[in-house]
Amino acid sequence: MVLMSPSGDIAVQQRDLILWSTFLMLLVIVPVIILTLVFAIRYRAGNDATYKPDWDHSTVLELVIWGAPLLIIIALGAMTWVSTHKLDPYRPLERIDAGRPLPEGVEPLVIEVVSLDWKWLFFYPEQGIATVNELAAPVDRPIRFKITSDRVMNSFFIPALAGQIYSMAGMETKLHAVINEPGVYDGFSANYSGAGFSQMRFKFHGLSDADFDAWVAEVKSSDEALSRAEYRELEQPSENHPVTYYASADDNLYHDILNRCLNEGDVCMDEMMAFTELGMPMCIAGDPRDRKARREDNELRELLDLTMADDSDRRSLNQ
Amino acid sequence: MSELDLTKLIFGRLSWESIPLHDPILIGTFIMVAIGGTAVFGFITYKKAWGYLWHEWFTSIDHKKIGIMYMVLGLVMLLRGFADAIMMRIQQAWAFGGSEGYLPPEHYDQIFTAHGVIMIFFVAMPLITGVMNYVVPLQIGARDVAFPFLNNFSFWMTTAGAVLVMVSLFIGEFAKTGWLAYPPLSGIIKSPGVGVDYYIWALQIAGVGTLLSGVNLLVTIVKMRAPGMSLMRMPVFTWTALCTNVLIVAAFPVLTAVLALLALDRYADFAFFTTDLGGNVMMYINLIWIWGHPEVYILILPAFGIFSEVVSTFSRKRLFGYASMVYATVVITVLSYLVWLHHFFTMGSGPTVNSFFGITTMIISIPTGAKVFNWLFTMYRGRIEFDVPMLWTVGFIITFVIGGMTGVLLAVPPADFVLHNSLFLVAHFHNVIIGGVLFGLFAGITYWYPKAFGYKLDPFWGKMSFWFWTIGFYFAFMPLYVLGLMGVTRRMNKFDDPSLQIWFVIAAFGAILIAIGIASFLIQLYVSYRRRDELRDDSGDPWHGRTLEWSTSSPPPYYNFAFTPRVHDLDAWWQMKEHGYQRPTSGFLPIHMPKNTGAGIILAGISTVLGFALIWHMWLLAGVSFFALLAVAIGHTFNYDRDYHIPADEVAGIEAERTRMLANHV
Amino acid sequence: MSEITHDTLAGSAEDGQRLQFHETTEHHPETGTLLGFWIYLMSDCLIFASLFATYGVLGRAYAHGPTGQELFDLPLVAMNTTLLLLSSITYGFAMLRMQMGKLGGVMVWLAITGLLGAGFLGLELYEFHHLITEDAGPGRSAFLSSFFALVGTHGLHVLFGIVWLVTLLFQLKKHGLIAENRRRLFCLSMFWHFLDVVWIGVFTFVYLMGVLP
Repeated sequence: MVLMSPSGDIAVQQRDLILWSTFLMLLVIVPVIILTLVFAIRYRAGNDATYKPDWDHSTVLELVIWGAPLLIIIALGAMTWVSTHKLDPYRPLERIDAGRPLPEGVEPLVIEVVSLDWKWLFFYPEQGIATVNELAAPVDRPIRFKITSDRVMNSFFIPALAGQIYSMAGMETKLHAVINEPGVYDGFSANYSGAGFSQMRFKFHGLSDADFDAWVAEVKSSDEALSRAEYRELEQPSENHPVTYYASADDNLYHDILNRCLNEGDVCMDEMMAFTELGMPMCIAGDPRDRKARREDNELRELLDLTMADDSDRRSLNQ
Repeated sequence: MSELDLTKLIFGRLSWESIPLHDPILIGTFIMVAIGGTAVFGFITYKKAWGYLWHEWFTSIDHKKIGIMYMVLGLVMLLRGFADAIMMRIQQAWAFGGSEGYLPPEHYDQIFTAHGVIMIFFVAMPLITGVMNYVVPLQIGARDVAFPFLNNFSFWMTTAGAVLVMVSLFIGEFAKTGWLAYPPLSGIIKSPGVGVDYYIWALQIAGVGTLLSGVNLLVTIVKMRAPGMSLMRMPVFTWTALCTNVLIVAAFPVLTAVLALLALDRYADFAFFTTDLGGNVMMYINLIWIWGHPEVYILILPAFGIFSEVVSTFSRKRLFGYASMVYATVVITVLSYLVWLHHFFTMGSGPTVNSFFGITTMIISIPTGAKVFNWLFTMYRGRIEFDVPMLWTVGFIITFVIGGMTGVLLAVPPADFVLHNSLFLVAHFHNVIIGGVLFGLFAGITYWYPKAFGYKLDPFWGKMSFWFWTIGFYFAFMPLYVLGLMGVTRRMNKFDDPSLQIWFVIAAFGAILIAIGIASFLIQLYVSYRRRDELRDDSGDPWHGRTLEWSTSSPPPYYNFAFTPRVHDLDAWWQMKEHGYQRPTSGFLPIHMPKNTGAGIILAGISTVLGFALIWHMWLLAGVSFFALLAVAIGHTFNYDRDYHIPADEVAGIEAERTRMLANHV
Repeated sequence: MSEITHDTLAGSAEDGQRLQFHETTEHHPETGTLLGFWIYLMSDCLIFASLFATYGVLGRAYAHGPTGQELFDLPLVAMNTTLLLLSSITYGFAMLRMQMGKLGGVMVWLAITGLLGAGFLGLELYEFHHLITEDAGPGRSAFLSSFFALVGTHGLHVLFGIVWLVTLLFQLKKHGLIAENRRRLFCLSMFWHFLDVVWIGVFTFVYLMGVLP
């Protein structure tokens, strides 16, 4: 049972929470089940136990009846409040595991995740590589996942590592986690997304630093590069897609997938929002389709970057 | 106009390819349905029963007959929904180690979607509505519901939705999106076929019925209670029915609206859920769960009501804590609107939002817990008769608290991050829906069956059904909890990890036990009918009931009560018996009653055609049927002759017959 | 015996005297039509609430298409609003005539109400047509989708109200101001005023706030 014996600190804390909550609830569930059976047997018609047909109220009992669940829910509610904040997937990690706080200066490994029909694409901006249906990370180094989708909603889930989070087109969700034991773990989509959903699975490798470097080197030695044209092909629905390594990926590809502007003529969503925020109609910003010109217009670029920088820390729109 | 255009105008997207001739499973089903259907039609024709059915049932505005028709609809659809379930269980137990099983994804995905849609909309809802329809007017001492014609119309609209879902089996396909049809998967690009359109129109048409029936029962309960029945003297079942119907009228419009948005996106190129044009799919998910969460309380509250009636009747004791039971029901009603977001904690809301919704969800368990204790203390110092309804109740309490516990667990957001969408979740909601709603319905059916038909159900087969259902449930769903903890997600149609298989095999075995449970129930109906003379109850009060429905004959006369009862106590009938109440045998008056009408079934029939035409883009037929619908509806409003008086003599005759029966009984 | 619900028995007033357990005359519960129609209106209101919420979420999602500021023609909408508000007043006059029992007056005022409603619809259709020809149809952006859905749903309700109103005119002519027809007039009156209230919401949230920058 992977949820009961996970290998990442976040998942371990989630497991503990499940166990504690279950224990708290059993405090009331077990007596109820026992009482049901005891009453059913003791007060059955043939048994001649005390019979009080008109007894239908007791203030003390009512207090207990409402009070006992209330107390448990207060305890559980407090636990929920604290743990939901502590285990918020958007919150950067503060420790590697129960015994080890995060050392100063350790930057998380950023992995950009795109769910496609029906496979997973991973970008490693730090390493400049990309992979399909295989994920690797060094042990004990925090990982910062940025997750989006090309169209259909999926859910990015590696049970041994941490809880899941939806991937949605045009939006970016985030997940922070760390893997503490080397090994190969299952990852998959936990949200039904169509015909090939059952095979939308990948392996997640927890590797020592040296092994991770070797893995990166191996990916880099691939002949393939993820260009826009290549991505266009990858985007087509496919089932059981083989593991693929890309030695390099096009600049801004993840950004443009996320912001729905893969084609030359498209306006990126972040730019669109920035314009709206600046109160600047598109016509003033020049021909909306001329992205290149805008990127070269330094003054405008600065203005946009400023607005978009605020934006990058923002959660997906459902807040 | 060229010939092609004309064909398109008439037939839309429909062609011979739309009939799934390539699928042996569907062909087999179709042949069976065709043979079964022909047999039923032939039998009715042979018995010359069409006229009887039309005049006495289809056009009836008697709430009791409509209630029974709802039950029949629910039970028929239960067989369909369960067939889907057992197919999924077999597929998941089979598709291991490279085997594809026997269902390809495009078929399997339709099955789990249809299973969810059918079980919620066309099994649980009709059964719940049927019980409320039958029992509520009797419990409050009324002669019918507030709007008898609307009642008939509501029933037929629900049936129209069910018919469309059944048609999708043989013409075209059903949605492959999961039962809530989230876009973008349900959008026109990812689901270009007719499946989602079947889904939309079946639910929209049935939704009209549900909403109107909600308004109807609500007004009935508010306005038509017998004199003396204050709110705090209403039987608990009526209370739960009241709250459920409040939820129906307050929740179903949201479903209507959100499905309309999806339909506009699919039919008219609107951009509500098109990200590229500024649309937002999270809005769909929010809106549909704003309906969806109250929906589960719509189902469970009447079941709670049934258990309350049963536990007090069979413990031969007043219900413990009536007032707190009522408050608990009302609290649940209100809170059910404040929890919808717990269905998607994983969408990336902030921790404050998530914990708010998590905690409100947990708070619901407090009134629910109070209810469980109230039932327990009703049993305490009672004299419990373990007739079948009581067995279901005890089975319910034990099963339901387990489901409640896993539910609260899922309400803890960080725990939900690992359990969401897993088989643990599937196990949880089956645990509460089967262990709560379905057990409640079986208890209710067994409990009120003698009222409706004049004879009890055979207890042996009732017990068989109970034990097979209960044990089958544990075999079928406990493994799913385990699988959920093993990180297995829902809606998969094949698996790689061989260590999972044994659990799926156990679950499939459980499903077979449940199948025996369902068969036992059907056998029970048949055996009871054969043994109806031995099981007959002439008293009208076979269980020593406490509420007004037991004060009239079984089955009740169509006017329910010769004289409107006057209520002085919560357990009105119990009190009447204790006071040696003498049934009046003379002085009868003419009774004012509504007339039957065929407008309901005709309107629903046209709606079915309209829905079918819209699904297949048959614009000509759609236009014609739309105007026909309008014309018939307007035509119906020109009918002012809607009621009549039963002459006092006729009432006297029926009541004299009952006097004779009661004399025989003693 | 319970102290809550058994009070009628415990109380000495009724002690020893037989309780009456059924009515001996014909018992007629109050008619529930108005309550039922009111509940229906509230559920309809929730449909509008959902559409307003949708507009609230998507109302600024222009997808670099036209904005409300560029599209909305406030004088036209003001005229439209006037027509609808006036029709509510004329419906009120019809109801006053009904109270006086004057069938002719009722029918005249109803007809005027219907004409005002039709005028409203005509202007709305003109606006829609204008927008669609300007490449600002519902498929242009999520903002326009939610605009057309909300305003269009209201328009469909008005259309339905007019059909109902015409039907009722025939029924009035045939049967006069009998109880059923009075009830129907009441229901349609609630429906009509309800649409007015919804329109005030639409006018404020969609049009007035829409032209704000």
